Parts: sequence; structure tokens; C-alpha cells
Amino acid sequence: MNGETLLEVDDLRVSFRTGQGVLPIVEGVSFVVKAGEILSVVGESGSGKSLTALAIMRLITDPNAVITGSVRFRGQDLLGLPEPAMRSLRGGAIAMIFQDPMTALTPAYTVGAQIVEQIMAHRNAGRMAARTRAIDLLGAMGIASPRDIAGRYPHQLSGGMRQRVMIAMALSCDPALLIADEPTTALDVTVQAQILELILRLRGEFGSSVLLITHDMGVVAKVADRVVVMYAGAIAEAGATRALFARPAHPYTIGLLGAIPRLRGPRLVRLPAIPGAPPAPHDRPSGCGFAPRCAAATGICAAHPPLITHDGHAVACFHARAA
Amino acid sequence: MSLTSEDGARVAAEPASGPWRAALRKLVQNRTAMAAALVLVLVVLACIAAPLYAKYVAHTDPFGSNLDGQITIGGKSVPVMQPSPTGLGMTPIGPTWRAQYFLGADNQGRDVAARMLYGGRNSLLIATGSTLICLALAGLVGVVAGFSGGIVDTVLARALDVLWAFPVYMLAISLSVVLISHGLKLGPFTLQADSLLIPVIIIGVVYVPYVARPIRGQVISLARSDFVLASRCLGVARRRILLRDIVPNVTTTLIVFAPLMMALNMLTEAALSFLSIGVQPPAASWGTIILDGEGLLYTRPMVALAPGIAIMITVVMLNFLGDGVREAFDPRAKLRVKSDR
Amino acid sequence: MILVMVRRLGEMVFVLVSISVLVFLIFFATPGADPAARLAGRGATPATLAAVRHSFGLDKPLPVQYVLMMKHLFVTQDLTSFVNPGEKVVPAVLQAVPVTLSLVFGAAIIWVIAALVVGVLAAWARDTVLDRLLMLFSLIGVSMPVFWLAEVANLITQARYHDTWLFSWVPALGYVPLSVSVVGWFKSLVIPWTVLAVTYIGLYGRVLRSNLVEAMNEDYIRTARAKGLSERQIILRHALRMSLITLVSMFGLDFGLLAGGGALLIEVVSGLPGVGELTYQALQNLDLPFIMAAVLYGAVFIVVANTVVDMLYAVIDPRAR
Repeated sequence: MNGETLLEVDDLRVSFRTGQGVLPIVEGVSFVVKAGEILSVVGESGSGKSLTALAIMRLITDPNAVITGSVRFRGQDLLGLPEPAMRSLRGGAIAMIFQDPMTALTPAYTVGAQIVEQIMAHRNAGRMAARTRAIDLLGAMGIASPRDIAGRYPHQLSGGMRQRVMIAMALSCDPALLIADEPTTALDVTVQAQILELILRLRGEFGSSVLLITHDMGVVAKVADRVVVMYAGAIAEAGATRALFARPAHPYTIGLLGAIPRLRGPRLVRLPAIPGAPPAPHDRPSGCGFAPRCAAATGICAAHPPLITHDGHAVACFHARAA
Repeated sequence: MSLTSEDGARVAAEPASGPWRAALRKLVQNRTAMAAALVLVLVVLACIAAPLYAKYVAHTDPFGSNLDGQITIGGKSVPVMQPSPTGLGMTPIGPTWRAQYFLGADNQGRDVAARMLYGGRNSLLIATGSTLICLALAGLVGVVAGFSGGIVDTVLARALDVLWAFPVYMLAISLSVVLISHGLKLGPFTLQADSLLIPVIIIGVVYVPYVARPIRGQVISLARSDFVLASRCLGVARRRILLRDIVPNVTTTLIVFAPLMMALNMLTEAALSFLSIGVQPPAASWGTIILDGEGLLYTRPMVALAPGIAIMITVVMLNFLGDGVREAFDPRAKLRVKSDR
Repeated sequence: MILVMVRRLGEMVFVLVSISVLVFLIFFATPGADPAARLAGRGATPATLAAVRHSFGLDKPLPVQYVLMMKHLFVTQDLTSFVNPGEKVVPAVLQAVPVTLSLVFGAAIIWVIAALVVGVLAAWARDTVLDRLLMLFSLIGVSMPVFWLAEVANLITQARYHDTWLFSWVPALGYVPLSVSVVGWFKSLVIPWTVLAVTYIGLYGRVLRSNLVEAMNEDYIRTARAKGLSERQIILRHALRMSLITLVSMFGLDFGLLAGGGALLIEVVSGLPGVGELTYQALQNLDLPFIMAAVLYGAVFIVVANTVVDMLYAVIDPRAR
């Protein structure tokens, strides 16, 4: 996985102006997505992972949102791009699918028509050609009778079926990057597995990179090439999936994985579950966001730990376990 | 996509305090709503002061005709009723913009400005009274239907459906015609034909389905909600559930409805009075003054214009206040007050 | 599907019968209000009252009276006025229907188009000065008594500014049948159409704006954005389409109410001899058969409109099928 860099997010910050001042939600997130890889951003609710994805797509329409930093896609800064140029990227070179397929499709139109709409927004295709392509795509998603399904309304389809439709729609214009925001969260476990298989298979067939937002370490282990772990709006740890799962260094990651401390080295407290809950954005601690829940925290954690990269593995912790 | 994502869900967390106090604070901070409330208070005060205005400013009896009165303008004596320029009949004096006959006279030589204040009293009283009746009845019917379920609910819901299908104005007109011409005798309870209570009751009753239907829906969904089911599983008495969970929620809805219904009722009162089946002469309301002005429309338009403007201002302010109340008490409100004219 | 339709029709009949009973009871069984006394005039002797009661069949038991009334109204259609003996009620109502329908149809076209423009513009420019202004005007529109607005319109177009180029074309108050002159029909109705539409432009504009703004927060709008659609496509094709669903049902009800006699006030002020005006005349004379017929006609219209809306609903909202 040493392809060229496709997406480069650098010091991305998202905050909201509120009655009580500016409230930061995403506090300086940086990562890259390379061509053909699946990068997973993992974190709990409130960690800022979904807002990061929406900020990349420039889909945060709240007039009180303040977004700074840079998002470069094929070297082009998306945050400074004029709206029409951004629009032709959205759904074209960058596509996105969402968590809840139940509400993500317009109830008044057939799913076929909604795919056709996207194709016609980006391609110079006639309606008939677009429809044929839509049906082909639905077929490629493993839908048995695509022609019939294309004529159905969203409410007539199951959740898994709708998510397949969403994926078909996202892939309809051969995106270089697919952003998937919790694509399996709202689905049954068995369907989850099918959708993940589909994403894995399609990465091969369509050659898209995937930025997979999830809270589920199991999903990460199954499909991601690399992982970014987010906590309280910042990156806690990032690295290749296998390495990170084998040797997590950040106490939060360790907690997430339920890892048992090794016998060698300093003895760590065992963390079968992480006590406490992630802080709400308005009472995040000033230093390390995880410190209040961290067994290893000391006085130094009142400062913001820098993200230190060593051998492709980045950790933001003063007490990071040596690899 | 405002802050609807999970990441921002806690952003708008309210400081801990009672929901009603929080709502009131929010309402007080709403400048439009407060400005509207201020205007309404001024309107009410002006109408309360009607006798003072009539006695000390206009020096007139707003209910007696004054066909051969004279007033002094700029040292000259001017008759209130002047010969019409066409030579036929008499034309009342137009707006003098002075203490006497500020807005002119109607065709009986009565001071329109003074009648406006007296009329405003009746318009406001009827709008307020009918709103109270409507909300009380609708709250009762909605809660009883929604909370009892079964046959009681079926019967009440059906009755509401029938009334809902009935054109409101036609119902109000039918009731008014009968009651205005003969009054009401129901056992010991008697209503004079010219009683103000007749329009109050009629307007209050005809809009009951508009409020009762959403209340019933709310009660049914509350009764099925998880927290009520949990209470029932814990063995909490139905009465207690009713008082603790249902009544406060329904009361909030009724508060949200109140200013909007009052606006609607004020327009309805005006319409009924204009059809001469609302407030009965010699008493006035803004609706009856518009009717008085109809015959003078082309010669003395102020008689009809002034009460219409008064209604418009009051109703606009009620609607502003209503929007503020809805935002404060019920931010995700789906309530809509249907206008029907 | 057929079962649903039959059920729906059954409900319709039930509502209509209930309404006719209700109206009948209001007029013939209100405590203290004797219809015979009303017919005979104030101060009539007991003998006169008895005679009146007998000649109008008011001495029969209430259920019999009800059945007789309905028979005359719907079956033989020969119910006659209490006040002007010999004047038949049903033909008079039928004659007034085209006037009311002309008024309501024309106003509906104006208000639907204008409300779409107002609502979409305000939602598109939400929280700007344009939005605030449009919403303020809409609020004023719903806050004016419609009969008063009609008077103001008369004042402007018939008197004050009638002699200017702007309104010199406005004919005197009254109705010109479509069959007599298309242009005359149009001219005689333009002002009443506009006046009647004002309230509903305000009402529908406000509802449409809030529906659109609410819809703009839905997930499917985010999807539409992520698809790369333009703001215009998103509003017109996705948000508006979903917002129209509630608006269509509102429209059905309001149209039914107006066509069923709710336009009474404006018909009276604008001198249009429609069903509402007929009701008004009957009110002035306390002509009970006329009032009953007009109220029932209105109820029929509204119940039919409700049923049509329910069926239309399935067409515009695929989820309701």
C-alpha cells in the first residue's frame, strides 16, 4: 500500500460559535489517505470523527461552524475551492455514504431515479444510459433482481438493501475516494458482514480509496489497512492496522482493545473497560483529553501531548507504552 | 446539517433547571415576542381606559346617537352631521385629529375613537374568553379520549371528526343565528340574546376539534411512551401518571396554542360581528364598527379602516408572541393552527 | 384497496348524516328557540303560532321532521323557503354554486403559485432580510380580516383610485357569468380572487417555508448534497417535493371549506351571488330551509374534499400506499 497520496488532511479544526463562545469539536486532525487503501477513523460518539468526514466533504452547512486547516485532494485545497468546483467533486471524485440508510434516501423517489439523478449530475449521459448504468451498479452490489429493485421506493427496501443502494449510488461516478460514515452501524450483524465484504470487494473492482468512519474495532480489524484512533476531537494514535492491534501504545487504544498488559516493562493497570465517559465538547480538559479516565495519567498530562510518529506509528501520549 | 450529528449532540445542553423556567427565560430573551407583548399590553391598557377617554378627552357618550350635535374646531362651531355633498342625507364628520371626534363620527354621530376603545374591550374579552373555553374543553376532551382509550375514545374521536368536517363558519353562524335571536334557556341556565357570552361560547366551542385532536394524539403517544410504560411496570397508579406525566405535557401544548388561538378567535369574532351575529348593538366590537363603516366606506372610510387596522395589529402581535411561545416551550413543535376563513 | 375505498365512503356517509342531524338539531331543537315563533314573527298569538307550526309540519315529532326535511332536500328537492313561499331552495343553491367555484378556483390558482414563490424564496434565503420581510408580509396577510381587506380593495378600486389608469378597468361590484363574457367574468373576479388569496398566500408561504427549512435538516438532503446536486436542485427536487405532501392535504381542506361556503364574507362584500351570499341573505331573513341547505351543501363539499385528499395522499406520498 504505497500508492500516491490521494487525500491529505492537515491540522483540520472544526468549531461552532455558540452563545457561550466558540466551541471546538475537532481540534487539529491530520492524516493522509493513499490511493487504493482503506483508512479507518475510529472513535466514540463525540470524538469528532463524523464531523471530520463532513468537513472534508464541506457538508457542514451550519452558518456558525468555523473550519480551519487544510484538506488537499490530489493536491487541490478543498476548503478554499469555489462551491461549483466542490459540487462537481462531490458525488464525482469523492463520494460519501451515511450511517442510517433508512433516512438517507428521499422517500418520494424510486431508488433507481435517485441513482440516475447523480449520474446525470456528473456525466453527460442520457436518461436511458444512466438508468442502464444504475441497474448494472445495483447488480454489482449483489442485488438479485436489480431492475425490479430500481423501481422500488426506499421504504419498500430493507436496511441492508438500502445501504447497497447508497453504495451503488456513491460508486456510480467512479469516485477516487469513498467516505463511509458508519456504514454498518444501523444494520443487523449479519448484514453488516455482507456490507463490509462488499466494500472490500469493491475496493478491488472500482479501485477507490475508502475513508471508513466507525466506532467498531471489529470492523476496523476486518477491512482497514491503516487506523486513526480519535478521542475528544484529537488523534490519540494512528498506524497500520496490524501493528496497532498487535502493539497498541496509547492507553485509550489499549482500553478499547481490552489489551492485557505484557509481563515485561512497567506494570500497567488492567483495563477491562474504560471507566467514565468521553467528555462533552464544552468540558473537555485543557491538556490530554483522555487524562481524566486514564489510569496512567500524571501531572504532565495537564499539557497537550504532541503526536509523535515513530516508524509510521503515531501516538499522542506522554506515557505511551514503548513499542 | 446543523448540529444534528452525534458529535455535536451535547452542544446545546441546557443548564439544569425546570423546563418551564427555562422556557420562560427563553421567551423573555426573545426580543420580537417581548416587543409584541408590550404592544398587546398597551392595546389592553388603552381599551381599559375607554371610559376615561370618553368622559375626559372626547366628552361624549359613545353609545347614544348625537345627530344634531355641534363641536368647536378652531373657534368655529361645526355640526357633527353635515349635509351630504350630493344633497341626499347626512354625512358624519370626518377625522378631526383632535380630542373630540378624533377619528370622526359614524352615521349616528357617535365618536368613532371612543367606540374603538369600547369595541376593543369586547373584542379582547371575547377573544380571551373563547380561548380559555376552547383550551379547557379541548384539553379535557383530548386527555379523556386519549387516556381512557376504548369506547370513550372511539366516541369522542368520532365526534371530533364530525365537527372537524363541519365548516367552522357555518357552524358558528348556525349557532349564532339560533342563540342571538332567542337566547338560550337550558334549565336554570339562561342567556340573554344580547349577552357577550354567546359569541364567547360559540367561538370557544367551534374550534375545540382544532386543539383537541392534536392533544388527543399527544396523550396517546405519551401513554405509549417508554417512560410511562416504565412507570406502569413499576406499579405507579394511573392517576399519578396522569397528573405527573400527562397533564404537564398537555399544559405546555395548551400554552403554545393559546396566543395563536386567541388570534384566530379575534378574527372569528370580527367576522361574526360583521355578519351582525356576534356582538349586538348598541355594544360595539371592532367587527361591528367595520360593519358601521361599510355604508360610509366611500365617504368616511376611516370608520371602517380604523377597527380593521386595530384588529390587524393585535392579531399580528398575537402571532409574533405565539411564535415566540412556541419556540420557547416546544422547539420541535409540529403544531399548526389552521386558519379558516 | 377496494375495501379501503368502501370503508372511506362509509365514513363519508356517516359524517354527512351526523352533520345533517347536528344542523337539524341546532335549528329545530335548541332549548328556548322555537322555529315557529321565528317564522311567525315577534309577538305572534298562540293561535298563530299553532297554525304556523302545523303548516310547516313543526308539530310532528323531531325524527319525523328530520326525515321530512331530508326528503324534501335530497329526494324530491322541492323544499321551499319559509320566508318567500314558493321559492325552491335546491335550484337556488345549485345556481349559486358556479359563482362560488369561480371565485375559489381562481383564488386557489393565485395563492398556490404565489405561496410557492414566497415559501421557496424565504427558505432559500433563510435568516436573511429577504426571508424576514417575506415572513412579515405573510404574517400580516394572515392577520387581516378578509372581509375588511375586501372593503379596502373596494375603497381603492371602486372609489379612491378608480379613475386612475391603474383601476379604471375594474367593473362595478357584481358577477358576470362565464357563459356571458369570458373577459367580463375575469374582470369581475380579479379583485376578489386577489383579496381571497392574500390570507392563504401568507398561511401557505409560512407553512411551506417552515416545512422546507425542516426538510433541509433531513438526512436525505445531506445525501443530495453529497451527490453533488446544486442548491436549486436540492430545494426544488428534494426538499420541496417532500414539503408539498403536507401542503396538498392542507390545500384540499381549505379548498373544500371555501367552496363549501367559507368564502361567505368576501362574497358578501364583493357582491358575488355565490352560496355564501345566499347563506347571508337567508341569515338576514332567518330562512331556515335555506340555511340548512347551504350548511349541508358546504358539509358535502368538505367531506368530499377530505376524501379526495386522502386518496391524493397515496399518489403523492409513496409511503402512504
